[in-house]
Amino acid sequence: MTTTRDIHVPEFLAGDEFSIPTYRVLTQEGTLCEGAEAPTLERDEARAIYRAMIATRVLDERMMAAQRQGRLSFYMQCTGEEAAVIGATAALDEADMIMAQYREQGALVYRGFTFDEFMNQLFGNELDYGKGRQMPIHYGSRKLHYMTISSPLATQIPQATGYAYGQKLAGEGQCTAVFFGEGAASEGDFHAALNMAAVHEVPVIFFCRNNGYAISTPAIEQFAADGVAPRAFGYRMHVIRVDGNDILAVHRATQEARRIAVEHNKPVLIEAMTYRLAAHSSSDDPSGYRSRKEEEAWREKDPILRMQRWMYDQGWWSDDEEKELQERLRREVLEAMKRAEKRPPPPLDTLVTDVYAEVTPALQQQLDALKSHIRRHPEAYPKGARFLDPELSRTDDEGES
Amino acid sequence: MPTMNLLQAINHALDIAMAEDEKVLCFGEDVGGFGGVFRATSHLQERYGRARCFNTPLVEQGIVGFANGLAAQGSVPVAEIQFADYIFPAFDQIVNETAKFRYRSGDLFNVGGLTIRAPYGGGISGGHYHSQSPEAYFTHTPGLKIVVPRNPYEAKGLLLASIRDPDPVIFFEPKRLYRASTGEVPEEDYQLPLGEAEITKEGSDVTLVGWGAQIEIIDRAVELAEKEGISCEVIDLRTLLPWDADTVAESLLKTGRLVVTHEAPQTGGFAGEIAATLQERCFLYLESPILRVTGLDTPFPLTLEKEYLPDHLKVFEAIRESVNY
Repeated sequence: MTTTRDIHVPEFLAGDEFSIPTYRVLTQEGTLCEGAEAPTLERDEARAIYRAMIATRVLDERMMAAQRQGRLSFYMQCTGEEAAVIGATAALDEADMIMAQYREQGALVYRGFTFDEFMNQLFGNELDYGKGRQMPIHYGSRKLHYMTISSPLATQIPQATGYAYGQKLAGEGQCTAVFFGEGAASEGDFHAALNMAAVHEVPVIFFCRNNGYAISTPAIEQFAADGVAPRAFGYRMHVIRVDGNDILAVHRATQEARRIAVEHNKPVLIEAMTYRLAAHSSSDDPSGYRSRKEEEAWREKDPILRMQRWMYDQGWWSDDEEKELQERLRREVLEAMKRAEKRPPPPLDTLVTDVYAEVTPALQQQLDALKSHIRRHPEAYPKGARFLDPELSRTDDEGES
Repeated sequence: MPTMNLLQAINHALDIAMAEDEKVLCFGEDVGGFGGVFRATSHLQERYGRARCFNTPLVEQGIVGFANGLAAQGSVPVAEIQFADYIFPAFDQIVNETAKFRYRSGDLFNVGGLTIRAPYGGGISGGHYHSQSPEAYFTHTPGLKIVVPRNPYEAKGLLLASIRDPDPVIFFEPKRLYRASTGEVPEEDYQLPLGEAEITKEGSDVTLVGWGAQIEIIDRAVELAEKEGISCEVIDLRTLLPWDADTVAESLLKTGRLVVTHEAPQTGGFAGEIAATLQERCFLYLESPILRVTGLDTPFPLTLEKEYLPDHLKVFEAIRESVNY
């Protein structure tokens, strides 16, 4: 129970009297800030993080171009937020669960999701783990402990609290990290999740990517407060605000958050201050709501550039390596895209599987009726879904004989 | 065989499930030490500890969101929504998340372990926020199973089956019967099948279909009808999604007449689905129009509750109308 002191005159506390500092380690020039502790990031890990950041950027650029060419129906870029997502992921144990919002492909890249796996989902082909049922960018991987993305905003936040509670009971020292934007933090799910996590002492890291915009709505129209971080006080929760474009700060803060979560079974809120350099999605046009000047100012704070300067300074990266990596990744993405595009969609039967653990008789009847209909009108339906189903190339007469 | 009321039967089922599998957890508003406002979870916290049976904050979307995550992790959550009327704040988590978890991930992840228990229905002077029957909203959502027991024996067997079912289940408990319905319930573990209707009484002139508390109403109506020489067949649907149309169709082929009754308002109610399906399957065998006896298309009233509810007399009138068409 909270203890309170008594007052005898009406003394209000104003919400704007609090301001939360920002943890920053690396200057934009890639040198350590004055007074900053030495980074805990070692050479190999730093290189792995850097490669994942570049790979994510390359993937995003190529896929955005593919969307513009009409090869993809939809895409979302992580551009500008790579340090926040990948820095945090690198500080987790690889068996910790990640529940992402939708802009965290960098976490998957870091954990080893291959370009082929990305492409299979983006094109919804027969190899997509999600069987072509969701829009592009709704990735998931059981092997990599990455929960399949769900479109409704913020629903993953209370789920993360529940998942982490199960991890606590299992006692295997794992936690859940859940990512969301500052816009999602306006949903009721956010409150539900943080409150339950604090009350039930759950090892979960709430990672808010405060990237300035919820589609077109600027943060200033999302909340009157000093960002999202102060809400942690209301839940009696540990909280830190970090420079989300500073890889060393994000990594170190998440390391510490994980320690608090796992060793003390306490939730932690991290607010990473960053900027969505790209559009919200391929369907969005930011020129309608923000200035090019603003974007340019943030482009100078590019998290990849900042890390690159630091890496060069350490002697951990070179121009040659950069060139080789960029070229190789571009080639690999294109090759994977071509492979995925050629693959057929999932077979028609997947329309009715996984609704329930077993296909129900009613669903089976509906599928049979659909197949019979397609056999009568083969020209009206895409060839793709019929490709793997020889039964559908027969006519109804043949089917009955 | 001991006699139990419906609440005791539910408590018994939860006790068995928790004793058998340490992954089973019970939680919700006032569920912990107090044992739930209706006492369905009495003594479970004492027996299984605060980690497995606990109070949650007052936040239905949080309860179901938390339960979704827990189930995805491999636990077996049994979440209580204190009144079915308060399930709507959790609607998004149930309809967009619970129901689609397996489908949208291609079965990489599922929340099959989840059971949501919620007391539903009228007859307790509860007004419109303590009396609703919201089952039809959920029967429109593929991926959920909707189960409604009619008495203590059914409640225990169906709840145990729901907890162990590989799909998420919403278990609507007829709260009017919590203490009013008593009967013999085996001490031991048993399950009743989900997705199967039960013919609780055989007859030849007219088929009556209902679920939950409405079966008791049907039984009283049938008593009146049989005094007039009308032979009634009674079917308890038990599971509304996926529902057992075959059993109803077979019955209808025999009787040629169908009356469906539920407490929820008529428009968009589940009786409409049953009527549509059965006219499709049995049109040429029908001797009279399929009739619905339901609540009115209004919010649930307080003082005029008895008039509002589809009672045995209204069902009896429908039987007569059906037979005399």
